[in-house]
Amino acid sequence: MKNSHLWRKTKSALASAASFVCALLVIAPLALVFLHLLRSGASAVNWSFFTELPKPVGVAGGGMVNAIAGSFELLGLAALVGVPVGVFGGVYLAEYGTVRGNWLLRFVADVLNGVPSIIWGVVVYGLVVLRFKSFSAYAGGLALGFIMIPLIMRTTEEVLLLVPAGYREASLALGISRWKTIVHIVMKTAIKGIVTAILLALARVAGETAPLLFTAFGNRFWNHDLSEPIAALPLQIFSYAISPYDDWHRQAWAGALVLVVMIFFVNILVRFLTRERVARVL
Amino acid sequence: MESAAIIDPPMITPVSSPQQQVASGSEPTAAAPERPPAFEVERLSIFYGEKKAIENVTLTIPSKMITAIIGPSGCGKSTLLRSLNRMHELVPQTRIEGKVVFAGEDIYAPHIDPVVVRRRIGMVFQKSNPFPTMSIAENVLVGLKLNGVRDRAFLRERLEQSLRMAALWDEVKNDLHKPGISLSGGQQQRLCIARAIAVEPEVLLMDEPASALDPIATAKIEELIHELSSNYTVVIVTHNMQQAGRCSDYTAFLYLGRLIEFAATTKIFTNPSERQTEDYITGRFG
Amino acid sequence: MPIAVAPERPAVRSTIDRMAPPSGLGDKVFKWFTLAMALAVVALVFLVGWQLARGSSLAIHRFGFHFLATSTWDPVAEQFGALPFIYGTAVSSLIALIIAVPLSIATAVYLTELAPLWIRQPIVSLIEMLAAIPSVILGLWGIFVMIPWLRDHPFPFLKKIFGWTPFFSGPIYGVSMLAGGIIIAVMILPIITSVSREILRSVPNLQREAAYALGATRWEVTRIAVLSYAKKGLFGAVILGLGRALGETMAVTMVIGNTPQIRASLFAPGYTLASVIANEFTEATTDVYLQALFEIGLVLFGITILANLLAQLLLKTMGSTIKSGAVQ
Ligand SMILES: Nc1ncnc2c1ncn2[C@@H]1O[C@H](COP(=O)(O)OP(=O)(O)O)[C@@H](O)[C@H]1O
Ligand SMILES: [Mg+2]
Repeated sequence: MKNSHLWRKTKSALASAASFVCALLVIAPLALVFLHLLRSGASAVNWSFFTELPKPVGVAGGGMVNAIAGSFELLGLAALVGVPVGVFGGVYLAEYGTVRGNWLLRFVADVLNGVPSIIWGVVVYGLVVLRFKSFSAYAGGLALGFIMIPLIMRTTEEVLLLVPAGYREASLALGISRWKTIVHIVMKTAIKGIVTAILLALARVAGETAPLLFTAFGNRFWNHDLSEPIAALPLQIFSYAISPYDDWHRQAWAGALVLVVMIFFVNILVRFLTRERVARVL
Repeated sequence: MESAAIIDPPMITPVSSPQQQVASGSEPTAAAPERPPAFEVERLSIFYGEKKAIENVTLTIPSKMITAIIGPSGCGKSTLLRSLNRMHELVPQTRIEGKVVFAGEDIYAPHIDPVVVRRRIGMVFQKSNPFPTMSIAENVLVGLKLNGVRDRAFLRERLEQSLRMAALWDEVKNDLHKPGISLSGGQQQRLCIARAIAVEPEVLLMDEPASALDPIATAKIEELIHELSSNYTVVIVTHNMQQAGRCSDYTAFLYLGRLIEFAATTKIFTNPSERQTEDYITGRFG
Repeated sequence: MPIAVAPERPAVRSTIDRMAPPSGLGDKVFKWFTLAMALAVVALVFLVGWQLARGSSLAIHRFGFHFLATSTWDPVAEQFGALPFIYGTAVSSLIALIIAVPLSIATAVYLTELAPLWIRQPIVSLIEMLAAIPSVILGLWGIFVMIPWLRDHPFPFLKKIFGWTPFFSGPIYGVSMLAGGIIIAVMILPIITSVSREILRSVPNLQREAAYALGATRWEVTRIAVLSYAKKGLFGAVILGLGRALGETMAVTMVIGNTPQIRASLFAPGYTLASVIANEFTEATTDVYLQALFEIGLVLFGITILANLLAQLLLKTMGSTIKSGAVQ
């Protein structure tokens, strides 16, 4: 009896140890990738990386300023599509609709969220690039915007549902109409959460490459017209990574480091924002 | 779309003060109070899905007086109160039968806009809920501003007036731009009262407005309610019998969704007609 | 009772008259507007299906079901069969699941049941950071760090031990189906872990307490009370991970070798549905070629939608509120 108890205790301890090792293995890739990013990227990040255009093949040096700018332009275009649709769709899910209908809409949004990002590239290619016979910043922005929609919609819904029902009731009891209650009371109370939702979605699509391959397409020069191809940081990283030149590989690492730092920065910022929001709701 | 109908203005008739009336020892019945009524509730039943929370309630709530609704927890006090300004219908899957006549018109008639009803019949909730993003002043004025009142002088005037009526002005007049949620619990509740009266409703519905407060804050709120009754019809839900006895003119006793007795407060507390009322008052149950 | 001395009440109507008369119009417009926005997700599903079907209608007519069953992919001869890509997608995803599922679920168990409280949040944050690393950067790391290491150490070792089976035979290039599966595993670890964790957290404490009351150890509580209760949801988490694995593009493209062939050996290069689109879409010079790639997209869309439908059904019917959007 004693013995079996001891054995059971040992088994429990073993299980704890084994699962701890698994947890370490799960975060190991993060550590490995980040270490290599720092080692190979930090030496290649310099002033000209942020200020110069890519140099022609065979010429060392140059930078990715056009790709960095292009990424921000694409994110801006994506936000134009993803933010209004996502935020107000989330408002509908949180404030209107029937239980069943909203269950279905949520279901569809979650399924949509699982559509591979490369598919969005193909769809927008058919929708925009073929029609206008040109790769363009618009096409790239649209593809990223589509990806943002279900992400923002679901998180917006969640943060709106965190707003206590008492505020809605208090507002309606003042004879304020439903829509003004939603916009001026509910959304205003949840504004940090909504901004968080938007930032998270932007951070998520900022690293997307597949949907841009045949929409934004990439560009070694400045883009002066949004209906023309445009460079993007992830695209540039990809094309440099699979190139045969060492100097380009170095630049790919530099680009990767910059991209990851930006994405992590947003994620940490968001955690900060949410912590404060949760603290205030409580 | 049909335009939203505005309910007729209420009759404003000079009446004797409630104190005189109660002191005179008259014992008005549920059917015939001595003043023009604020509400006439007729055969009202309220359902949550299949569940009947209020069953066939008929009562007449007098205007410019304080009517208390008492009863054990879960008997339907809040449900009845919320049906008086159509807040009840915000709960999904609820249904109502019967009539609630306010100022001569059934507020559930199809052409009545609930927004108008709520502008005229304000509400204060159990849990104080100043809007967390707004300052004290913004909280008081939000009902006016969001309803399109732009006149700055008028807004300033309403701000001071409402806060004075809510007995809060002296405490906050130098902090009007501080967040509403920076106030203490009792102050927050008075801020909510100020917010409700800023839109100048004719009725104030209060759902256990002091139940979350300490005795001193409670006393303040009770005093305030008493003062408000000279201008407003007040309907207050409470599960605290002493509170009902202290600050109401009429009392309705609800039990299991039914109206057991409705009479002048003095009568309910000294000489109830119903056995169940007596049992409840004397603490034999509930 | 103190007698109230209230000032003369201002005319009753003055304030309400200053307000804008209520109009139901704003409410109606706003509600319909938000409904339209919410319906966008439904419209998008149809838009994707319609675009892919339209873009591949010629190929569908020309090749029929043959497309899914033949293994020749020869753009020059205009011979298009998707079988190597279907095979590659299936095998690489399977490898990924074999690696990622035990690791993620064990981690989720550790984080909800076994770990000391102070260590939980830091690990969760690290896993969220891993989820935030873009696919293309993982691919970059795959090309320059993971592949050389795999080629020099684990692969020869595997070959020495299991070389007698067809799965670990043949020449080692580095880029391979196995490398593709490993990189996909890294990509889906965070999502399976975090969804599993949500599911385990949704197991009512009553379950655990009942088992503890019987004198069970921590691990026994986990195994008997928690895991068996959460089985369905965990399966949902795995299928969700499968959905992501099937569509994973950039990192795989960079390490799998991109060769349309069907080989038993996991050391041999392969190709997936997603990576053939990524690689060849801009090179597709003829209509049929482009159409065939659209059809590949249609196939990929079909299978990922099925996987996600199943996953969401499993997750939603187990009554927990899972936000699959929270993690990539
Ligand atoms: N939203 C609701 N859905 C279903 N039933 C409800 C809801 N709110 C209240 N009830 C039920 O209606 C009855 C009356 O509730 P309520 O009016 O809140 O009582 P009181 O305010 O007197 O405590 C209770 O039995 C309660 O369970
Ligand atoms: Mg109540």
